[in-house]
Amino acid sequence: MALSAKEVLKVGTLSRIRLTGEEVEKFSLQLSAILEYVDKLRELDTRGVEPLAHALALHNVLRDDEPHAGLTTDQALGGAPESDGDFFRVPRVLDEGASA
Amino acid sequence: MALTDLTACEMRQAVLERRLSAREAADACLAAIHRLDTKVKAFLSVAPENARRRAAEIDRRLAAGENVGLLAGIPVAVKDNMCTADGQPTTCASRILGNWRAPYDAHVVQRLTAEGAVIVGKTNLDEFAMGSSTENSAYGATRNPWALDRVPGGSSGGSAAAVAARMVPIALGSDTGGSIRQPAALCGVVGMKPTYGRVSRYGLVAFASSLDQIGPFGRTVADAALLLQATAGHDPRDSTSVPKPVPDYLASLEDPVLPLKIGVPREFFGEGLDPEVGKRVREALAVYERLGARLVEIALPHSTDYAIATYYIVATSEASSNLARYDGVHYGYRSSDHTDMIDMYMRSRAQGFGDEVKRRIMLGTYALSSGYYDAYYKKALAVRRLIRRDFEQAFQEVDCIMGPTSPTPAFCMGERTADPLSMYLSDVYTVSANLAAIAGISIPCGFTAAGLPVGLQIITDVFSEDRLLRIARMYEREADWAQQAPPLAKEAV
Amino acid sequence: MSAARLLPTIGLEVHMHLKTRTKMFCACKVEYDVRPNSNVCPVCLGMPGVLPVMNRKAVELAVRMALALDCTIPDFAKWDRKHYYYPDLPKNYQISEYDQPLGAKGHLDVETSNGPRRIGIIRVHLEEDAGKLMHAEGRGNYSVVDLNRTGTPLLEIVSEPDVHSAEEARVYAETLRQLAVYLGVGDCNMQLGQMRCEPNISLRIAADAQGRPQYTPISEIKNLNSFRSVERAVDFEIARHREEYEADPENYTLEKQGKSTRGWRDDEGTSFLQRSKEEAHDYRYFPEPDLVPFVPNRQWVDDMRKTVPELPEKRRRRFIADYGLPEYDAGVLTAERTVADFYEAVAGLVNDAKAASNWMMQDVMRVMNERKIAITELPLRPPSLAELITLVKHGAINRNTGAEVFNKMLATGKSAGQIVQEEGLVQTSDESEIEAIVDKVLAANARIAEDYRGGKKAAFGRLMGESMKASGGKANPQVVKAILTRKLGG
Repeated sequence: MALSAKEVLKVGTLSRIRLTGEEVEKFSLQLSAILEYVDKLRELDTRGVEPLAHALALHNVLRDDEPHAGLTTDQALGGAPESDGDFFRVPRVLDEGASA
Repeated sequence: MALTDLTACEMRQAVLERRLSAREAADACLAAIHRLDTKVKAFLSVAPENARRRAAEIDRRLAAGENVGLLAGIPVAVKDNMCTADGQPTTCASRILGNWRAPYDAHVVQRLTAEGAVIVGKTNLDEFAMGSSTENSAYGATRNPWALDRVPGGSSGGSAAAVAARMVPIALGSDTGGSIRQPAALCGVVGMKPTYGRVSRYGLVAFASSLDQIGPFGRTVADAALLLQATAGHDPRDSTSVPKPVPDYLASLEDPVLPLKIGVPREFFGEGLDPEVGKRVREALAVYERLGARLVEIALPHSTDYAIATYYIVATSEASSNLARYDGVHYGYRSSDHTDMIDMYMRSRAQGFGDEVKRRIMLGTYALSSGYYDAYYKKALAVRRLIRRDFEQAFQEVDCIMGPTSPTPAFCMGERTADPLSMYLSDVYTVSANLAAIAGISIPCGFTAAGLPVGLQIITDVFSEDRLLRIARMYEREADWAQQAPPLAKEAV
Repeated sequence: MSAARLLPTIGLEVHMHLKTRTKMFCACKVEYDVRPNSNVCPVCLGMPGVLPVMNRKAVELAVRMALALDCTIPDFAKWDRKHYYYPDLPKNYQISEYDQPLGAKGHLDVETSNGPRRIGIIRVHLEEDAGKLMHAEGRGNYSVVDLNRTGTPLLEIVSEPDVHSAEEARVYAETLRQLAVYLGVGDCNMQLGQMRCEPNISLRIAADAQGRPQYTPISEIKNLNSFRSVERAVDFEIARHREEYEADPENYTLEKQGKSTRGWRDDEGTSFLQRSKEEAHDYRYFPEPDLVPFVPNRQWVDDMRKTVPELPEKRRRRFIADYGLPEYDAGVLTAERTVADFYEAVAGLVNDAKAASNWMMQDVMRVMNERKIAITELPLRPPSLAELITLVKHGAINRNTGAEVFNKMLATGKSAGQIVQEEGLVQTSDESEIEAIVDKVLAANARIAEDYRGGKKAAFGRLMGESMKASGGKANPQVVKAILTRKLGG
């Protein structure tokens, strides 16, 4: 399964990783080789085989609705690349309210 | 004999009997690190002041007759993908975490402290635990103490090398596809991956959530058992942590498991296995036969190539998701040359992540993306069930499964970095245990003619670590390779 | 194409904050109007190494709401990760439920101006809310993020496209809110952001050659801050879709243009395009590996079903039928569960539904409104009120005195009986005593009496008032009335 440069760029964008032209070429080759390898799973007949999504047969792990102290604002913002003492700061985003 | 030649169990005994102070133990290890680590480069960060302060506190409490815990004053190293709030950075060997200091301790770190251990430093790894050689670290590669031009294995290469070089007696690593067992084999030490859910993942920086487990390194099986004892057990902060009681691993360690039926998968002895590795492993199996065990040839039809393929879809899918949070917004590295918000994400991640991490994120994103999910991710999960069934069937017939941990001994630095796929195949015997969530251990079983360590892998069913350790101990009693130290560790102090 | 054949087809997605003390996956408090980034921890900040743990109370409230909406609770529900990058979503994925939610296939009955309607519910599921991204006012060219809200438990309710008008959309949202408040599931204050409503609007075009209905493209409207905005926005969109369709019936179809997301500008009363079909997110859903599935046991579901109180609509109808209350009164008394419970307790004790209702509406709720308190904060319990009502019913005191005693009960905490006795308020029904008082009043107000006899009926009221006053408010008004009527000859 070969991955074209266009597809690599698309995946790069979806992964939010900026790729140089050189990287697109390099990754295109490497990822194609890996995808070809993993394609061998097609040899296996998995009809009727239930996917194993959870490693354990554990269910219903719940927590009581009791508050515990978390971090102070200073601690929360302490590692932030940019902050103003109250908030995290990021470059201006044009469609604020889209998160609501 | 130097203090650093003592095993953790011996050190613990000496400290409890007041023949050795915690301070002396810490000093000895710090001196060894100082002497050796410029060559081995196992540590990303060393904390002498913290260590000495902790050791002094333990000595004080011992003098007052207090119970200081299971690990009484033993110096310990922690792989740098586990959060420590002691002032040391937690880097995951990546640039993307920048100067981040974790504001909380991982569960296992809290356990170490509660049991009286002295954390001396954080060890090197492949970036975000993605790799099999520790060459993917953003801060330089760790060397194999047995041959400095060779890799220690990965991703927990730093912890394995630190223990092999006798800089610390025990260390914690993490294993997602073999990242404890494979470096243990390449460095000639004991390394164990417990059953999934046996040890809490809270505070372990996630790579592949359904596969990651924290486990112990030690030079002996007893040392690994001691460290596992101190860190295993339920944690309500980890929903995948299992509320099963932890048995006393040390109490039963000397009881051999007999009768013992050992499954030997033909798939683990096929193409790609180095002949010398194969020989050493068969010699170890012969030792078990001499002890009364019976070897049974079994088939694990999905456990090698298919397991690797499954692993590199499941693990990378989960990784692409777990690493999405590294974006320069709330913590870590942020680019300085971006033009807008999206560009900030794109550049921070491009500049902060190494190539292997980028490859895996992209692979995982691809496998989960619209149109490909069924063909890749869903398919891989179905094969995962087949792999699990292989083991379920095998364990109905045999008590454990044995084979080589790694197809080759330690390879040379740079040998596989140009071809990612060739690197991935280093995990061919180890990934299936992670996919099936079962327990596995690697113990030293000899050397190649060139003096490189070889590891024997033993795998048992879920939540049977006590039996796994007992089975491993049976061999170790007959052939104690741990006595041999790499030449550089024997150099004049 | 006739406009009448274009049927507005609307489905609504409602998100509501659940009334829990802590967040969905961590033990941080859920609070409003606090200092930014002050209710956060490594888990909701999405720091390296953290793991989520489900909030039991959130699950209980979610299931209660799902049961009240008549949904089926499945045997197995699981969590999924929904991926998108945004600064208010620290992990860059949201933990939600994708294909196996905790409730499905229910309905909500609403009352519209066209009569009752049943709106189908496709699914109900739990997820975590994101934080808040805001533009930094006057602070330069950047935006700021407050993560207090990140991780707040959200219940998402998705309706079938059964709504056919803007009014119905509004009523649906309001009824959902009322139900949630009634059940104690959520406070749903839209201004505080505790409830969000996103209508999905399209018009049904006449059927195609095979008889399958065709639709215009669907628009989803975001950023609606009030029920009124919901109605206005839906109205606007219906008109807009109509216009677009009539301009280009060939191409303005769901098949060709899909679904778009639009924002709403309330001050202008218009919507604007935010995201078209081509830019739709690829969320890359997959099962959340850090959480284990939710497997509700049937007994537990049955127990939860029992905790769902009688729903407001049903209770209202019962109050009308069983207590003989007028519609308006029944509506007022069932609007809040605690008020309805209080009322029923009182009515049961006095065995007089109408009297109980009068006292609730005239006195109890008046005080609640004046003091801006809930009935649970009123220093009065049903037995105390019942005692007071009984005293009035049996004529021990009259209604006016009763109202005074009521106020005194609230002020002093004493019982009605105590106050009446201590202050000697027992009314007199002694005919001769009252007759003496009436005679005096008539004598002192001869001219008014003349007015009454002359045809001025209102004068009676004045004479009643004077008589009551002369008795110090203690005369039994029925007796006064009877005597006065007799004396006035008519």
